[in-house]
Amino acid sequence: MFYREAGQFKTSYASDQAIFPILQDKIGIAIILAIAYLVIPLLGGSFFLASVMIPFLILSLASIGLNILTGYTGLVSLGTAAFMGVGAYACYKLSTFWPGVNIIVWIVVAGFFSAAVGVLFGLPSLRIKGFYLAVATLAAQFFLQWFFARVPWLYNHNPSGAIEVPKHTLFDIAITGPQATPTARYFVVLSIVVAMTWFASNLVHGRIGRMWMAVRDMDIAAQLMGIRLLDAKLMAFAVSSFYAGVAGAMMVFLWLGAAEPEAFNINESFLLLFMVIIGGLGSLIGSFMGAALIHILPIILRALPAALGLTIGSATVEHLTFMVTGALIIFFLIVEPHGLARLWQIGKQKLRVWPFPY
Amino acid sequence: MDILYKIFIDPFVQMGAAPDLLVQSLWEGLVGGMLYALIALGFVLIFKASGVFNFAQGIMMVFAALTLVGLYEKLTGAGLASAGVAAYLALAATILVMYVLAVGVERIVLRPLVNQPDIILFMATFGLTYFLIGFGELVFGGNSKVMIAEQLGLPKGSVSLEMLGGFVSMQKIDIAAAVIASIMVAGLAVFFQKTRIGRALRAVADDHQAALSVGISLNQIWVIVWFTAGIVALATGIMWGARSEVSFALGTIALKALPVLVLGGFTSVPGAIVGGLIIGIGEKLGEFYWGPLVGGGIESWLAYFIALGFLLFRPQGLFGDKIIERI
Amino acid sequence: MKKTTKLMLALTAATSFVAPAIAQAQESIFVPLFTYRTGPFASSGIPIANGMRDYLTMLNERDGGIGGVKIQIEECETGYNTAKGLECYEAVKPKKPVMVNPWSTGITLPIIPKAAVDKIPVLSMAYGLSASARGNTFPWVFNPPATYWDGLSQIVKYIGSQVGGLDKLKGKKIGYLYLDAGYGKEPIPLLEQLSKDFGFEAKLYPVAAQDMQNQSAQWLNVRRDRPDYVIMYGWGAMQPTAVKEAVKVGYPMDKFISIWWPGEDDVKAGGDGAKGFKMLNWHGADGNFPVIADIKKHVVDKKLSQVESADKVGQQLYNRGVYNSMLIAEGIRAAQKVTGKKVVTGEDVRRGLENINVDAARLKEMGMEGFAGPIKLSCADHNGHRATFVQQWDGAKWNKVSDWIEPLSEKVQPLLEADAKGYAEKNAPWPARTEPCDNK
Repeated sequence: MFYREAGQFKTSYASDQAIFPILQDKIGIAIILAIAYLVIPLLGGSFFLASVMIPFLILSLASIGLNILTGYTGLVSLGTAAFMGVGAYACYKLSTFWPGVNIIVWIVVAGFFSAAVGVLFGLPSLRIKGFYLAVATLAAQFFLQWFFARVPWLYNHNPSGAIEVPKHTLFDIAITGPQATPTARYFVVLSIVVAMTWFASNLVHGRIGRMWMAVRDMDIAAQLMGIRLLDAKLMAFAVSSFYAGVAGAMMVFLWLGAAEPEAFNINESFLLLFMVIIGGLGSLIGSFMGAALIHILPIILRALPAALGLTIGSATVEHLTFMVTGALIIFFLIVEPHGLARLWQIGKQKLRVWPFPY
Repeated sequence: MDILYKIFIDPFVQMGAAPDLLVQSLWEGLVGGMLYALIALGFVLIFKASGVFNFAQGIMMVFAALTLVGLYEKLTGAGLASAGVAAYLALAATILVMYVLAVGVERIVLRPLVNQPDIILFMATFGLTYFLIGFGELVFGGNSKVMIAEQLGLPKGSVSLEMLGGFVSMQKIDIAAAVIASIMVAGLAVFFQKTRIGRALRAVADDHQAALSVGISLNQIWVIVWFTAGIVALATGIMWGARSEVSFALGTIALKALPVLVLGGFTSVPGAIVGGLIIGIGEKLGEFYWGPLVGGGIESWLAYFIALGFLLFRPQGLFGDKIIERI
Repeated sequence: MKKTTKLMLALTAATSFVAPAIAQAQESIFVPLFTYRTGPFASSGIPIANGMRDYLTMLNERDGGIGGVKIQIEECETGYNTAKGLECYEAVKPKKPVMVNPWSTGITLPIIPKAAVDKIPVLSMAYGLSASARGNTFPWVFNPPATYWDGLSQIVKYIGSQVGGLDKLKGKKIGYLYLDAGYGKEPIPLLEQLSKDFGFEAKLYPVAAQDMQNQSAQWLNVRRDRPDYVIMYGWGAMQPTAVKEAVKVGYPMDKFISIWWPGEDDVKAGGDGAKGFKMLNWHGADGNFPVIADIKKHVVDKKLSQVESADKVGQQLYNRGVYNSMLIAEGIRAAQKVTGKKVVTGEDVRRGLENINVDAARLKEMGMEGFAGPIKLSCADHNGHRATFVQQWDGAKWNKVSDWIEPLSEKVQPLLEADAKGYAEKNAPWPARTEPCDNK
């Protein structure tokens, strides 16, 4: 009853093909954006913004990238963290060559470098399929991580081997570096993520997205229909790595503030894959939900004993967090194998027919 | 010109100049490859029978080794048994634990997820990995432990062969590992070919529904398969743990089993062995002779590129089932 | 739908707990400890965490705190992971910590620029960024008692003493086995400088963090190259594997010298063959000191400690943690003296750390006579560049086998100066020091 589309008529093809054709959806998005831009910065403390929201948004963006590759095109990738690293190091080098240019420009441009590397490692995808392709992406992961550590030019010959982020400003407000307040960084991250999500949404709802989904469902049939497989797959790799690269650049510049190659290790890749699968393959909102669950849940679990007044050793809390996370992953997979996004869809369907059960 | 010389000629010159080192690195590669093959074997077993790519195989190996050492320490710490007896008691108890784990996994993870797409089951094993990591560290603590190789009767020390102008030293534990691994592989081959349960396993691997229709209990088969994989994991854990410490850092080495699987084919036991040996020897030789050209440390990614290279020529792996796609 | 609603409600309720609790007691000094009792480096992290915690607990139990004010200890688990470490940092910030001890170079590096802005001093004892020894460039970062560069120069000096003089190093080969992370890579420029100055050949053997337990290739290289000495900069699971491989390859143990990080468990892994292994140290490696006895009496016996067993008290890395906590306590005490306040803040403790003056009399007072040497920091020198000695493993315990070795300051200081300047330039605008100096 709340979600009924009855009475909403479309009078042009454009409005029919819109991404949010229903008024309730439009209102929903407006509310979410309002909360994100107004409520959270006002009410959220510095810890909430800096350690919960900013990482959540950055990881969501990387998950969207991985979702495009694995969820929409069906190419399993275990190397997303390495592509994030490419974006981060590219942004670092660009910002040291031309420090005058606004850092946000470099964050976005870094994505193109990442896309190029992604295309390179995506070339085997024409010949290799399924899980076997995961090996190519693993090769990318380990090779790139080694490359970041072994080539001193990448980290400007810093003896510490790490890349550090100085202060950059936007309209005279510090957005990177130690003086940047979590609020400033949050707004920058939020804006970039919103813009890129909007772009991804248009991509996947359009011709290119349908092309990817055709390749995912049965690539031989897609080829017979006239879709050029190599182009489709390489474009998927390119776009996915672009998103991962931008997320990686944001991770170093707007979240961590410094990074060693360890920050882009295989565990990060696995975490991103978790987020995509738990959130729902082939769903943008699923990427956000998956990132929220995987990133925020351990924080809550770690804060829980203190909030409840129990004294448990920090190591025990960590072990329990691992156990609960693992158990919850299995639980969610049993309850809804298609991910949280499917749960959300079921919820919307129930809203449609409420108060009737079906 | 100099670069070409360094890449194509110099390593072979070095190989010839110090042949004892060549044999030594071949041996080291063989041992490493065999251990990767054992991990891959566990993967193959489970994949063949249930179609599940068990990402938790690596952590099962660590968990089995930790359980063994932890139980041994508890037994000797409480003074309940002398060293030798305690070792075998702990071994028996660990086998029991792996059985309980197999039953638990089948009941809690596999049964509710029957018929789901492969990637979902793969993810469930991820969840299992996380759970086992937390549980293992909770029960046994984060300290790395020393494997009780001596107490189990495994040999210590090394054998040094004078040959080729130098010496090649082989650790006795590695020789024992090679022997044990061969026995295990042979045993598994016999098991699959000759016994009733082995035939049932192969039937389930071919087609679940057909196996069901001839009366094979899928659940029982899965428990057996996971238990067997658990035993393989235990043996691997003992071997790896004896070479280095038993700690959760071992779990990341298990990732190397993936290129082994890819190279050998996901469903082939001989493929896992051959793949393991190729990867092990390839990466050791590559690191030792070509590594210094680029500053070393290439072992972390060489295995994947070797696998990738093979895949480009044979996309289904060396021994894997040919992927026939139909519309 | 019901299940989903319940789920959503539960998640929302739990999220509201994310806001961290404000520190309850007013009359206490908050010292967070960033520890790792889990993960691949736990074998090194656990004894250090225990040592740090137990010394501070002992001060609370025996003396009622520092200057009569109790210390509020809280451990935050980082797992040696940078993102988690930063999360810990953000979580403890609202509770007004008087200093942070990141215990990981990877976590220290991002915190260094934040320290000045958040006004929280960073004590990265004998790790972190070596250049942070320059107090005028890094007024908020301290890394006593010696930097990694000092340590490397001390090992090279020791090797020189073994071969008959630093000039006899010419033509020798020294291998450097290191963790392929910032920590291991930092001393390489100094190593290359020293190899040029003294004429020895330096061979580098990196060990990737994900391949720590698989070092057979690196040690095959050692066997091929036959370096006269091997220096190790390792941590966590890398160390016992290195010892084992060295035994396997037959490398003479007394030529295998490590920087100050291995513990007993790391060498015991090599069994009997590990006898002769050497490492740098600057404090006692057993439990025969009054301070350790006090810890046993007031903390371990009262079951306030998290050690697995009483024989872990007084071991190498446990004592390392004790020394770190001693510096924390002395920094707080000096802060109380300099400011005259009892409940000191981060800014006060920064001044206190700059005025640390632990002399022989004070060491005796603390029950640390013979445990460690004197140390004095100043506004310009946040490190001390203290001497260390070489100790050797005999199968059961550590024995001091050298005198106190001073670092090669004439080689190290110019590099430190250059690195500090370079850091400030790369991270421009790097604030010039405006904090007052309380030393004369």
